[in-house]
Amino acid sequence: MQFMLLFSRQGKLRLQKWYVPLSDKEKKKITRELVQTVLARKPKMCSFLEWRDLKVVYKRYASLYFCCAIENQDNELITLEIIHRYVELLDKYFGSVCELDIIFNFEKAYFILDEFLLGGEAQDTSKKNVLKAIEQADLLRSVPLHGVIQPVSYSAWCELASQHGVNQPVSYSAWCEPASQSVSMV
Amino acid sequence: MPAPIRLRELIRTIRTARTQAEEREMIQKECAAIRSSFREEDNTYRCRNVAKLLYMHMLGYPAHFGQLECLKLIASQKFTDKRIGYLGAMLLLDERQDVHLLMTNCIKNDLNHSTQYVQGLALCTLGCMGSSEMCRDLAGEVEKLLKTSNSYLRKKAALCAVHVIRKVPELMEMFLPATKNLLSEKNHGVLHTSVVLLTEMCERSPDMLLHFRKVCLLVPQLVRILKNLIMSGYSPEHDVSGISDPFLQVRILRLLRILGRSDDDSSEAMNDILAQVATNTETSKNVGNAILYETVLTIMDIKSESGLRVLAINILGRFLLNNDKNIRYVALTSLLKTVQTDHNAVQRHRSTIVDCLKDLDVSIKRRAMELSFALVNGNNIRGMMKELLYFLDSCDPEFKADCASGVFLAAEKYAPSKRWHIDTIMRVLTTAGSYVRDDSVPNLIQLITNSVEMHAYTVQRLYKALLDDISQQPLVQVSSWCIGEYGDLLVSGQCEEEEPIQVTEDEVLDVLEGLLVSNLSTPVTRGYSLTAIMKLSTRFSSVNRIKKVVSIYSSSIDVELQQRAVEYNALFKKYDHMRPALLERMPIMEKTASNGPTEIMQTNGETEPSVPDTKHLPLVTQPANQANDLLDLLGGNDVVPVIQTTLPTKPASAGGELLDLLGDLSLTGGPTVVPAPAPSVPVSQPPFLLDGLSSQPLFNDTSAAIPPMTAYSKNGLKIEFTFERANPNPNIAVITIHATNTTEADMTEFVFQAAVPKTFQLQLLSPSSNIVPALNQGSVTQVIRVLNPQKQQLRMRVKLTYTHKGSPVQDLAEVNNFPPQSWQ
Repeated sequence: MQFMLLFSRQGKLRLQKWYVPLSDKEKKKITRELVQTVLARKPKMCSFLEWRDLKVVYKRYASLYFCCAIENQDNELITLEIIHRYVELLDKYFGSVCELDIIFNFEKAYFILDEFLLGGEAQDTSKKNVLKAIEQADLLRSVPLHGVIQPVSYSAWCELASQHGVNQPVSYSAWCEPASQSVSMV
Repeated sequence: MPAPIRLRELIRTIRTARTQAEEREMIQKECAAIRSSFREEDNTYRCRNVAKLLYMHMLGYPAHFGQLECLKLIASQKFTDKRIGYLGAMLLLDERQDVHLLMTNCIKNDLNHSTQYVQGLALCTLGCMGSSEMCRDLAGEVEKLLKTSNSYLRKKAALCAVHVIRKVPELMEMFLPATKNLLSEKNHGVLHTSVVLLTEMCERSPDMLLHFRKVCLLVPQLVRILKNLIMSGYSPEHDVSGISDPFLQVRILRLLRILGRSDDDSSEAMNDILAQVATNTETSKNVGNAILYETVLTIMDIKSESGLRVLAINILGRFLLNNDKNIRYVALTSLLKTVQTDHNAVQRHRSTIVDCLKDLDVSIKRRAMELSFALVNGNNIRGMMKELLYFLDSCDPEFKADCASGVFLAAEKYAPSKRWHIDTIMRVLTTAGSYVRDDSVPNLIQLITNSVEMHAYTVQRLYKALLDDISQQPLVQVSSWCIGEYGDLLVSGQCEEEEPIQVTEDEVLDVLEGLLVSNLSTPVTRGYSLTAIMKLSTRFSSVNRIKKVVSIYSSSIDVELQQRAVEYNALFKKYDHMRPALLERMPIMEKTASNGPTEIMQTNGETEPSVPDTKHLPLVTQPANQANDLLDLLGGNDVVPVIQTTLPTKPASAGGELLDLLGDLSLTGGPTVVPAPAPSVPVSQPPFLLDGLSSQPLFNDTSAAIPPMTAYSKNGLKIEFTFERANPNPNIAVITIHATNTTEADMTEFVFQAAVPKTFQLQLLSPSSNIVPALNQGSVTQVIRVLNPQKQQLRMRVKLTYTHKGSPVQDLAEVNNFPPQSWQ
């Protein structure tokens, strides 16, 4: 994989991961052109297109487009599965993930992506392993507040809530919204 | 100083901005705050600030002032800091900046950190954006981690190694020992990344490939792993829609492909497993099809047995019928790759492929079109062409040019009849006329001239098409050319193939004149139509009308048109006796691939497009008496006399454009006249003529190994012959004559003529001038090309005429002393 872009239906970039060295200017140009091309596609069209000398695989999930540029030897169909796996990971982590989650927690979206893919290839094919690694790493970053370790991922929080017999939180974004208990470090 | 605002708060605030300007203002304010915070070396909030900076960077704002801060974060001991720091490095830094080298030490330390997640961060960053210098420095650390028993780190190290190898291929050797037992791991993550690493190594180095194939016996290992995956029961951890670890399966198949390529033993070892995967994989979901796709690619690439290949193509055929358009796309792409090697198998799916032409998706349509053209053959040409022409009618403009070219090519190769061919061309011109490529116009014209019996039909159809629509330039150009050529057939109503239409000369001229004045016509088209009108002056009787049109355009602003009009005018006025011959019917042009028109372009200094140049090929016939003279020379009928024009090639001034015109003629080939009474259709020697063009540059070749000779020396006039062999045809001898004059007076109006026996063919190109200066002050040179296919002894009769000291001189001579090398 050469790069992955996530963008909204209005063309706003939500995430960009580049696996090839390019200047900022080039990245901006590519992003602009590719976003335009993909947004111009009609819904009935297939998920693959040839763009410059690359193959582009894209899929829309709700209001977000997930777009990957792969090399000629790569398998387009399995790339669709990679995209789907990433969305599943986001979904598990954030609990029914929506675009807002990715906007407000973009750094976490990156962390999850970096735990799943490295250099453009999948590191682990087990959903469970990837999620566990992220949760463990999250624990390293959470800060004890009022003597209680605040979980940072939704799944971990649900786990904790069930352990304590407390109602499970509704959604991650609802939780992250300004509440007096806002505990994020950043 | 108040604490910097939180990231999420910033995001919320920025999102409330209603205009771009408002957003920019907020961003600038925050950037200023962040900058001062950085200046104060605030450790507590550095992480927060960099995170905010990264957000603003994603919105498109500059964030380079945060680069060094990222490095500070990476060096921090807090995991939170490191995480954001590494993320910032990956987003803001790239290998072009020297700053990134400062990371190397931090990464090195972190690769040896006690916490595996920190090590993971370092590996990830290195594997994502490490430069070659960094990779060189840190390869050892990566290699160490590749051998660890911690699978979390091992899998990351493998992918990091892939990146290192891509950046610094020489380091590949270093990782070889560590790969030894990678595949005996149980952990799927390690397996997957190991296969990726092995794939990268095999693709990059043929030695490695051999090593893995023969020494490590990779193929049986991979086959075993794959088998286990398929046979093993449900494993919840790796299951995707009922298939066990499809990602790993696909990767293994890809590595098998590389190992089996051009190796019989390996290919055989994997035949069974490939067949198993191909038949047992569940195809209801995308995952299963992804695996099948990879399997098909592998089967087609290795040396598989034919049964397996047929199985693969059938899978592709089934894909074509799948509802999922992605699968159809992938099938078409793969079939395109295999159509050359397994043509018959793919032919079986032809009807499905043709149906895909009607698909809504652009990519699928393009693939289907390419594949359809690849499948056209003599048997299916009629049916296929019907579909393809229908496609041409309705497809998007981006396809039309390619489709039109494809149709022309296919029609040329497999046309069942001339009429069908012409009809097909007509159809393309009328439906996609403006998208047709420029070079197809001369090709089509050449095709039309070749179909002699169809001339009347062709011109009639083209005329009718012109009546409908004059906007498509290629169509208009071909039509006007044809009308110019065959206008007489048009008005005489000679068409056999269909109902002849009643057209008067005036109507035809109306149409052509209409083209001249229309805004839709390009300058090229106007040139075509003017020339066509001119040609009709010998075929129609309304010469006065034509004269009028031609004279109008002699003051046209368009230089091209003006030149033509003036030349044609001159033709009417001064050289009317030559007009019929000049504007005669064109000979049949043989197809000489791309040599023809372009060669003419090169030698002709003019900027005219190629076709009008070929129009100047019509041959000149000199007044009959001269022809007879030479006929008598060598005993009547066994001689092919050569007549050439006497005009210099140098373009003269205004009044001499006609000379230019005829100068073109001689450049493009001296005419030869068949010893027949009337100047009927002359013998065409297209390869010869066109060879003549390419020989021009040979003037100065130093290849002459044949000694020169004196052909004639009398009364102070000496003519020397120098020889060359013409490329590419060794049967052609190129003779350059040099005429010099030792007397005190110039020899003016010098004309050199030659005749050769019948088995030869002669071509005289135009002389450098017709004045041989006195006292050897210069010479007249002229090129003769002799085609001698039977390799007979060369003999020549020459006739010289010139004016010397006021009185005309004429002499005949025989030249027999040709050196043997010139005709052997």
